[in-house]
Amino acid sequence: MEITPDSIIQARFQVIWPGFTLDVDLELPGRGVTALFGHSGSGKTTLLRCLAGLEQHGHGFLRFKGAVWQDSARGIFRPTHQRPLGYVFQEASLFPHLSVRNNLDYGRKRVNSGHKVSLDHAVELLGIGYLLDRMPDRLSGGERQRVAIARALATSPELLLMDEPLAALDLKRKTEILPYLERLHDELKIPVCYVSHLPDEVARLADYVVLLTEGRAVAAGGLRETLARLDLPTAFTEDAGVVIEAVVAEHDERYYLTRLDFPGGSIFVARRRETIGYKLRFRVHARDVSLALTRAEGTSIVNLLPATVTEIADADTPAHVLVRLNADGTPLIARITRRSLDHLSVVPGKPLWVQIKAVALLT
Amino acid sequence: MLSDVDLAAVWLTLKLATITTMILLIVGTPIAWWLARTGSKWKGVIGAVVALPLVLPPTVLGFYLLIALGPHGPVGQLTQLLGWGVLPFTFAGLVVASVFYSMPFVVQPLQQAFEAIGVRPLEVAATLRASPWDAFFTVVLPLAKPGFITAAILGFAHTVGEFGVVLMIGGNIPEKTRVVSVQIYDHVEALEYAEAHLLAGGMLLFSFFVLLALYSRKGTHTWK
Repeated sequence: MEITPDSIIQARFQVIWPGFTLDVDLELPGRGVTALFGHSGSGKTTLLRCLAGLEQHGHGFLRFKGAVWQDSARGIFRPTHQRPLGYVFQEASLFPHLSVRNNLDYGRKRVNSGHKVSLDHAVELLGIGYLLDRMPDRLSGGERQRVAIARALATSPELLLMDEPLAALDLKRKTEILPYLERLHDELKIPVCYVSHLPDEVARLADYVVLLTEGRAVAAGGLRETLARLDLPTAFTEDAGVVIEAVVAEHDERYYLTRLDFPGGSIFVARRRETIGYKLRFRVHARDVSLALTRAEGTSIVNLLPATVTEIADADTPAHVLVRLNADGTPLIARITRRSLDHLSVVPGKPLWVQIKAVALLT
Repeated sequence: MLSDVDLAAVWLTLKLATITTMILLIVGTPIAWWLARTGSKWKGVIGAVVALPLVLPPTVLGFYLLIALGPHGPVGQLTQLLGWGVLPFTFAGLVVASVFYSMPFVVQPLQQAFEAIGVRPLEVAATLRASPWDAFFTVVLPLAKPGFITAAILGFAHTVGEFGVVLMIGGNIPEKTRVVSVQIYDHVEALEYAEAHLLAGGMLLFSFFVLLALYSRKGTHTWK
């Protein structure tokens, strides 16, 4: 596992239950959003609970910013209420006997030192000013979750842990909260561990990804590199694809298109409302990428990029392969048939033209 | 109207029920908390012991308490050692017996309330920097309030209604151990039906209104 110099969360845990074992040894970055990503039962929530000290049976070692929070070998265990963290549960879990304002105050007034995040800032960031005097049972699901996030932030945590905070919400509520989470990411310098099983959510929010399968971390690294890896279990490659961060460069008013620039080139997408210079993330699924030996003429596909083959791996079916390419520094993955692989004589190092049929914008 | 003797019995009954209820809320809370939270193999045993007064004839409970608290019983020897004398046939003895006798009526509603709250509110409180004690007083107590009210009402009413245990452990000493139920018995024995009617009718109304209040209460907060 790669160790980055700015990693400040050292986490080693072993939890053994009948039929399930969590066994991880991780170095997590001390800034940005780290996604703990995996299918249900992969141990991601258990790992998050271990970080919070909520898992009594968790055996291991946890150091945060130089402070040892847990060292089972030496009998050290700092209880949850003495760890400077914020935790957002899957269900909002507001105290039903307290108003929104008192829910927000509950944690805040128990923190004595250093209110780095003011209550006003948390309230403003989550847009809940109009809810302060209501009781939790008068709130919608989305509002409740926003209050829960603000409540965690109001304690000025040094680490924010979020357990699929959007999972209990329908699509409409999700789209209502996602922008707030992005603001959190952009405006606050608090490291976040974010549990999710949705690739698009991870692609949109995360900077760093830990992939968990059956209680083990099978990969950990930067978002782009990790999602572009081909050696991951097929559970992840069936949905293989890459995430690219781009800038809105130009609007083409005649054809209602917008050009997005990124290090490896540029692509056109349907006209966006964002202004020029706005940063966007988009996802290119391997199944939407095809390969050609020459720059195709007379094709309806708009987005063509030159790239070099770096790696070839098995895909989810024997008929297909995954080809990883490098487009001037930006990794791409194409899912093509084994037959095409032979016909085009695709081998590492070969220059090709990449044709992108569709992209999924993540905003 | 009520004679002085009858009034003294009413007063004694209310005093006994009040003291017993207060003691039970204090003693029963940790027991109920433990029963609601533990994964111990002793949970079944302790739960059964607490529930015993529900099924045992009061005379059985009273008999064993009489022996334990008596001059040769283990508790009796301890109380004599401490200079408190022996408890049977005293008001203090009645309180001790009532605490055992009404225990399930307080512990069980509390246990149910604690179980309904679950662990999540405590975990949430811990992530908001509340120590376990802090969380108990600021989260569990308010959320379990309906359970505490139910427990207090049932504990009080059940103590008011006890007869057999009182007779076994307390006898029939005016102003010390003669409670309403015993007084009614005395009136009936003496064929004083008018006096018996007055007290019995009072008990009937009291019990009915207590249960009415209990069953018409609505839960206040539900955890979401």
